[in-house]
Amino acid sequence: MNGLDSRFFESGGTSFADFVHKISPDLLPRPHSVEAPHGTTIVALSYQGGVLMAGDRRATMGHLIASRDIEKVFVADDYSVVGIAGTAGLAVELVKLFQVELEHYEKIEGSPLSLDGKANRLASLIRGNLPLAMQGLAVVPLFAGFDTESNAGRIFSYDVTGGRYEESSFHAVGSGSIFARGALKKIYQGTFSREESILASLAALYDAAEDDSATGGPDLARNIYPLIITVNADGASKVSDEEVERLSRQLVESRILNPDGPKASLI
Amino acid sequence: MTTPYYVGPEQVMKDRADYARKGIARGRSVIVLQIDSGILFVAENPSRALHKVSEIYDRIGFAAVGKYNEFELLRVAGVRLADLRGYAYDRRDVAGRALANAYAQTLGSVFTTEQKPYEVEIIVAEVGEVSAADQIYRLTYDGSVADEHGFAAMGGSADAISARLTEGWRPALTTKEGLSLAVKALESGERTITGEMLEVALLDRSRPSRRKFNRLSNAILDSLLAN
Repeated sequence: MNGLDSRFFESGGTSFADFVHKISPDLLPRPHSVEAPHGTTIVALSYQGGVLMAGDRRATMGHLIASRDIEKVFVADDYSVVGIAGTAGLAVELVKLFQVELEHYEKIEGSPLSLDGKANRLASLIRGNLPLAMQGLAVVPLFAGFDTESNAGRIFSYDVTGGRYEESSFHAVGSGSIFARGALKKIYQGTFSREESILASLAALYDAAEDDSATGGPDLARNIYPLIITVNADGASKVSDEEVERLSRQLVESRILNPDGPKASLI
Repeated sequence: MTTPYYVGPEQVMKDRADYARKGIARGRSVIVLQIDSGILFVAENPSRALHKVSEIYDRIGFAAVGKYNEFELLRVAGVRLADLRGYAYDRRDVAGRALANAYAQTLGSVFTTEQKPYEVEIIVAEVGEVSAADQIYRLTYDGSVADEHGFAAMGGSADAISARLTEGWRPALTTKEGLSLAVKALESGERTITGEMLEVALLDRSRPSRRKFNRLSNAILDSLLAN
């Protein structure tokens, strides 16, 4: 074992991504193959006192289902969560880089980044992936967190060029996002409690799975349900498997009676 | 041309060691001790901004005495080494022993080749799943490593503090007992130490998060110090 690399002593910023880029750029996310699995629908919505993010569990490769239990929503740090649609391998590596990026800053600076700071860092990581996005290996994240300064949940969406847009109330990304967003638009209410917002996210993913072949619905036979993470003043935590199963079954039962879900009034 | 005055290598090393020791002895002390729930770091440090105790990785903590800019350089380099290794391999592959080795190499080569040695003494501690797996490494300015068991003290009056710790330390102290032992060891003569003068952190093996390092807030500290 040699001593600490002399480059570790050079002055530099607090960004881990910049540091890796300088020290060993080969560790940064790169494509392994062009025919790669894709992750699909992610939804996020804010509720009274927090924000949540939910993702279906399917990954596809062309017309094949590459995985039926992939996880696409991750805790980024104590107060934020990130979900990624797009090339799965790249997406998972990017999330890993983002997680270390946030922790690295916190350890070196002694205090965590602000929520806007985290959202901006993610934007620049996505921007770094632009050349690959041009080759069809796009990664599009959805970022949400609890802002400890304003005491509210906030949601940020991105495009492949690293553009960052703050969303109010709810948003969805991925191939089934058109349907999920349409569903949320009809049912979302700003007064949702935590449980109501979990149900709304499950309903949105259910609608996305019905109309988008790349999004997986609840798998009652195998007990595979969407992965949901909530963030509130107490921090980020995964909604327990039991709770997601209970609410998913409740949703499926209601859809058996009423396959298209709740009807909105005409005007 | 003047002939340079010859100084033997023994003398050079001795001068450097004396120089480093003097620098370290000027500062206040830091104690690291094993308690039942993990590893407790207690530093006498009135500053809230310039830390003497900090987090390196999930299970690894860092404590230092001496010149702030020098040990801060070492701390940042350690965080970089740990984060890079964890990112390249896996989080479990970041070990306190490897970090202590890297620090030892660096301190050793700075001691022999640079203009002046680092005036620092550091501790790298890693909390294990059980207390038998806890590791405490103490590194001195010349790169020597000592594998400590139970407790370690560094800084101004390290020897006197170690002597007081030897009397009071036993395995499986509670956090409250450990803290009061450390405070008693730091207090010498008439001096009393209050919560505001301390920087305390715990590598808590029972913490549910994968990051075990926990800086104790003033409120918690005061309630632990109250009798």
